[in-house]
Amino acid sequence: MRHLLRRIGFYLVAVWASITLNFLIPRLAPGNPAEALIARFQGRIRPEALHSLEIEFGITNQNLWVQYVQYLNNLAHGNLGLSITYFPTPVTTVILQDIPWTLALIGLATIISFVLGTLLGIFLAWRRGTTLDSAIPPILTFLSAIPYFWLALISLYVLAYTLNLFPLNGGYDISVTPGLNINFIISAVQHGLLPALTIVVSSIAGWLLGMRNTMITTLSEDYVLMAEAKGLAERRVMFNYAARNAILPNITGFAINLGFVVGGSLLVEIVFSYPGVGFALLQAVQNSDYALMQGLFLFIALAVLAANFLADIVNAALDPRIRQERG
Amino acid sequence: MSQIDPLNRPVPSQDEDGPPDNTLNQVAELEGTHIIEVSADTNGRAAVNTPISLAGNSATPISGTGTPVTTMIAGRLSGFWQAATRNRKVAFGLSVIAFFMLVAIFGPMFVHTDPNAFSQDLLSPPSASHWLGTTQTGQDVFAQVIYGARTSIFWGFLTGILVTIISIVIGLCAGYFGGIIDDILSLFINVFLVLPALPLAIVLAAYFPFKGPLTVAIVITMTSWAYGSRVLRAQTMSMRRRDFVDAARASGERTLRIIFFEILPNEISVVAAGFVGTVLYVIIFEASLEFIGLGSPTVVSWGSMFYWAQNNDALLLGAWWWFVPPGLCIAVLGAALAFINFGIDEMANPRLRTERRPKVKAPSTRKALTTKEAVA
Repeated sequence: MRHLLRRIGFYLVAVWASITLNFLIPRLAPGNPAEALIARFQGRIRPEALHSLEIEFGITNQNLWVQYVQYLNNLAHGNLGLSITYFPTPVTTVILQDIPWTLALIGLATIISFVLGTLLGIFLAWRRGTTLDSAIPPILTFLSAIPYFWLALISLYVLAYTLNLFPLNGGYDISVTPGLNINFIISAVQHGLLPALTIVVSSIAGWLLGMRNTMITTLSEDYVLMAEAKGLAERRVMFNYAARNAILPNITGFAINLGFVVGGSLLVEIVFSYPGVGFALLQAVQNSDYALMQGLFLFIALAVLAANFLADIVNAALDPRIRQERG
Repeated sequence: MSQIDPLNRPVPSQDEDGPPDNTLNQVAELEGTHIIEVSADTNGRAAVNTPISLAGNSATPISGTGTPVTTMIAGRLSGFWQAATRNRKVAFGLSVIAFFMLVAIFGPMFVHTDPNAFSQDLLSPPSASHWLGTTQTGQDVFAQVIYGARTSIFWGFLTGILVTIISIVIGLCAGYFGGIIDDILSLFINVFLVLPALPLAIVLAAYFPFKGPLTVAIVITMTSWAYGSRVLRAQTMSMRRRDFVDAARASGERTLRIIFFEILPNEISVVAAGFVGTVLYVIIFEASLEFIGLGSPTVVSWGSMFYWAQNNDALLLGAWWWFVPPGLCIAVLGAALAFINFGIDEMANPRLRTERRPKVKAPSTRKALTTKEAVA
């Protein structure tokens, strides 16, 4: 219980840090979004509009603390400002539209990749020294060094453009109406398959190699030898004795890798023009839409923190030493 | 401790000084210790050639007192180098990197085409006059790849060095001082470890007053130092109670000198291994940021090539020669770095080495061994 409280405390600090970073970055940077916007629309916005724009962006010359309190207050009411790209839609609305797509795509792809990678890692470690085990790690090492978005470009080119197996972009066919109807769901799955496949292929190497390496270390432990000597079934030794222990560092590694995987997946969305958070991020960057950009950062950071917190709970549930804080 | 109990988890115990916040520590320590083993092992063999006698014992760290620090680091690194070239994976990786380095340094001297110059051949596929074809504005893709290699590799390594320096300073200070300083720095490290780096870097880069490789380098440095710090902090914590540190303290050396001239040289192999991983990460990160359009559009680099290819719909025009070459370069260079890291892991942890076994079914070999050892 104490462990859980400590972790909750840590995540609260992390949440506070990401909120505060989000507040500080624009205010420490020279210039401000309002000026940038006017520079962007050269001549099309009259300079007199600067002041009203600044108010719109929440830029005041007040004391930083006053601004901070205002910012937190806005945040508490879900007010993240207005998006320029989709003017005058509030940022919160834009993000809420994008969330389901990203959650479905990146969430599912990450879970599939983690489970598949871990299982394959267990098997490879068990069969280490065989042709399969000596062939797969180098291939995966190569795959893991490929930027996500480049793999996305290549698969899009080969599988969608040349072979016409998948749709070229978007999240669903324009001819179907979004909603809970069969046509839409089929179309969404068709459009999501290739991006998901790309994310799985790019991220699986990390989970697999990590699991294989800890599993190999675990396999040489005495209690595994003992289990084998007792004549226990191979499957039982592999999963209940070796893998069960080896998976702990892999779950911990989840925390470190998740940010990286999410970052890469956002780029995959961009390549596929997938209507999710990543694509919105690109729109925000290209249109100097600072409010949207920051809102997206905040949302992604909170989502990653939540996933990490879940991984922590799972880890504590699996490892009694963590629960009892014996370290 | 009964080894039969399957619940007796074989994860190494945490450093007593460390806050038992999370098993991340353990992973970091695991890596740290393994790599230290290498250096010890390496030093043992290197001792024959190096001027300083490094007794080849992992338990005796070298003390900087009286020994020129540079020679010491050189000795460590040369030992590291020898072991590295003996491992096939590492040797392969190093030669690929050497090749790319040569291209980056000397390539532009042989390619006389201006990578930014427009020409009449718009979007032409690879041919004798344009080895890798041209872009939509007639720029030569081959020239762009060669010049881009210079930018991407130079900034990749420079950023890698920056990230490593920051992680050394924060990791070593946290590990050495302990107490409240460590608590604060650790919190800082852990927070940056869980914050997603790419979105944060995007926000930072968007607010930067100027665009270009320097911005990208600074932004990556600000968001990516935490992992290295974590590893080095764990390593330093295990080292600060060693005799040679006590000796240095007793002889009245200044704290900063102890940290950076006594402890750091003993961790140089951890730093070197971390550096390889960092450069790999940084090169991909750099290309990603440039791909979104946060780099300078006028500086030719592999990442900016993607940006232009994507923005001009190279894919829908079927111009594969525009985006395949830079990606392949990143992939091959990245794989070389990954192989080096993989090889270092193998050197550090002998259990990971794949020995070719005699042609007997693997599980049965293991069973046979088991019974023999059980009898013994």
